Amino acid sequence: MKVSYYPGCTLKTKAKNLEESAISSMTALGVELEELPRWNCCGAVHSLAEDDLIHHVAPVRDLIRAMERGSSRLVTLCSMCYNTLARANRIMREDEVKRKTINEFMREEKDYRGEVEVVHFLNFLRDEVGWEKVVERVKRPLDGLRVAGYYGCTLVRPREVAIGPPGHPEILDEFLRAIGAVPVDYAGSNLCCGSYQIVANPEAAVDAVSRILGGAVGAGVDAMVISCPLCEFNLSGSQKGLLEDGRISREVPLFYFTQLLAVALGLEEGACRFDLNDRVAVDLLRSRNLVHC
Amino acid sequence: MPIQISDKTVKRGFIERVMKLSGQDIYKCFQCGTCGGACPMSGSMDAVPRRVMHMVQLGMEEEAGGGNTCWTCASCHTCTVSCPRGIDLARVMEAIRLLTLRKNVNHVEPSKLEKEEIKRLPQIAMVSCFRKMTS
Amino acid sequence: MSDRCECGVVQQVATGDRAILPEGAKTIPIYVMGKRYEVPETLTIMKAMEYAGFKFLRGAGCRGGICGACPTVYRKEGDYKLYFGLACQTVVEPNMYLAQIPFYPANRAVYEIEEIEPSGEAIYALYPELFRCVACNNCTKACPMGVEVLDYISAIKQGDIAKAAQLSFDCIQCGLCASRCMGELPQYHIAQLARRIYGRYIQPGADHLKRRVEEIEGGKYDEMLDRLTRMSHGELEKLYKEREREPDLAPPGTWMPKETQYL
Repeated sequence: MKVSYYPGCTLKTKAKNLEESAISSMTALGVELEELPRWNCCGAVHSLAEDDLIHHVAPVRDLIRAMERGSSRLVTLCSMCYNTLARANRIMREDEVKRKTINEFMREEKDYRGEVEVVHFLNFLRDEVGWEKVVERVKRPLDGLRVAGYYGCTLVRPREVAIGPPGHPEILDEFLRAIGAVPVDYAGSNLCCGSYQIVANPEAAVDAVSRILGGAVGAGVDAMVISCPLCEFNLSGSQKGLLEDGRISREVPLFYFTQLLAVALGLEEGACRFDLNDRVAVDLLRSRNLVHC
Repeated sequence: MPIQISDKTVKRGFIERVMKLSGQDIYKCFQCGTCGGACPMSGSMDAVPRRVMHMVQLGMEEEAGGGNTCWTCASCHTCTVSCPRGIDLARVMEAIRLLTLRKNVNHVEPSKLEKEEIKRLPQIAMVSCFRKMTS
Repeated sequence: MSDRCECGVVQQVATGDRAILPEGAKTIPIYVMGKRYEVPETLTIMKAMEYAGFKFLRGAGCRGGICGACPTVYRKEGDYKLYFGLACQTVVEPNMYLAQIPFYPANRAVYEIEEIEPSGEAIYALYPELFRCVACNNCTKACPMGVEVLDYISAIKQGDIAKAAQLSFDCIQCGLCASRCMGELPQYHIAQLARRIYGRYIQPGADHLKRRVEEIEGGKYDEMLDRLTRMSHGELEKLYKEREREPDLAPPGTWMPKETQYL
């Protein structure tokens, strides 16, 4: 099976561990992720003003690229890219006036009417690959590892693009069970990590992070899985400071969910790029005999 | 601290612009405070979202845009999904931000960020921050 | 080929190589900065402006489409669209409405190429406005050289300096991209930095060049050069006339000179 894939800028540099573990896991599951040619940055956030159309041009251009190669679907990994692409897609599908204006502005491209479906990797995994297939291909089940699934905001809000019901999404729990881990319920699974506030107002973002990590530590988790490079940056970047200030009692090993998928599928360490994770993450896996080095 | 509200202080143009830009009927808000309680960033805000909604309803332009509320907002949409009246507060916050940004005033100045910090930040952080905080 | 049209009257074509046009020669109107001028129709914008009496102190350079000194923005009759081109390369059209942007004050960061690290992050630190790009594509549309500006900006955002260097190769630094940019990016300066980093740190060096430089510095050619400089004119002439030369159509690899010491 082949599917068009949109990486997003950060996955090509700082979040290579998310991309590479995803591609290698998918290969092991019989799916080829074909990177979109000539893709551009999607803009990371959806513009919320009624009259602002220019900020939709970037994601729509990527959707046109997908349409041009005959794809009916575009799979994304980064949560923020998913949200931005999906919401821009809805505008092109539902708002006739905006669609017309954007198409006319992008005169040098083909017209786009929402022909492509934007799908997050987790939904693709559940709906196209299927949990049964994942279970079947698991070579190294995670042996009851207690894992917190962290959704963040952009996968579950607003309702129109949520990959599961915003109040209680369950797809990460289903995923974790399929790879042999134990999903843990905790306060904060869809609390915001502070997002872009980490740039200009880091204390506010760190406050938000403390609540998420505090909830996870309080529930006694072994690790946490994430889908977004910004969440990963905020969570992992704030941990040591929070530990020093005594606001959390221990560090939480953080993984991209695709890294644990790769481990469960029995792929070697090189496919997971643990070199880009914090030490605690690799140490945890080593202590459970889940990676060898 | 007493605040004067009269037909002289209410800036109707501001209310209209916020409603037009956000596409939301801000008069639907009945000040229940669910947004302020749900907002993950409210601890760092001078005025919680509920209070800012009230300011908008009363046409208090300087107070609504001048405080740090809309600039501390992370566009997480928790307010939007929690509001019992179905108001999309994320759009209201964006409208308040834009009324300042569109005067060609940047809230964050890219050229003033520390070089080492820029090298450390993932691209996604800078793209989203500049989109929300620069004009 | 006759220059007579069917009605038997000789058509005089105004070619602009003379300031005083032949009688009856046809001119076309163009508008330079809003003012109307009648100019011969086969001229480039630059020559037409000079015909009309403008003298270029800035905004003219190679006159060959490669130096980037003469970027021009123009419209055509009855059309709101903006077109972009080089004055020295673009031929005038009737009712063309133009203005020039000989220089655009785009931001140029100061850096030491010897001290810069060859990574995307180094470029971001010097040009953080890179992340204000909204992918509107105005830059690509404005480029007179057909460079895919949006694509190279995307490549840099993705940390792919080599791709950006290759895509921006034809850039002539005219500045039209920056003049149209919503995010206030200085695309052409960012691309130049990418090309400089690529050339210095990423592109594989030419091994044979490196070896030759080592040989020269090691003195391999010193004796020969010394001998040559001490020869008389007559001796040099004789040496030149009797030099060994590969036959013009010799198949590759079939000929070797007798003197192989300096190969």
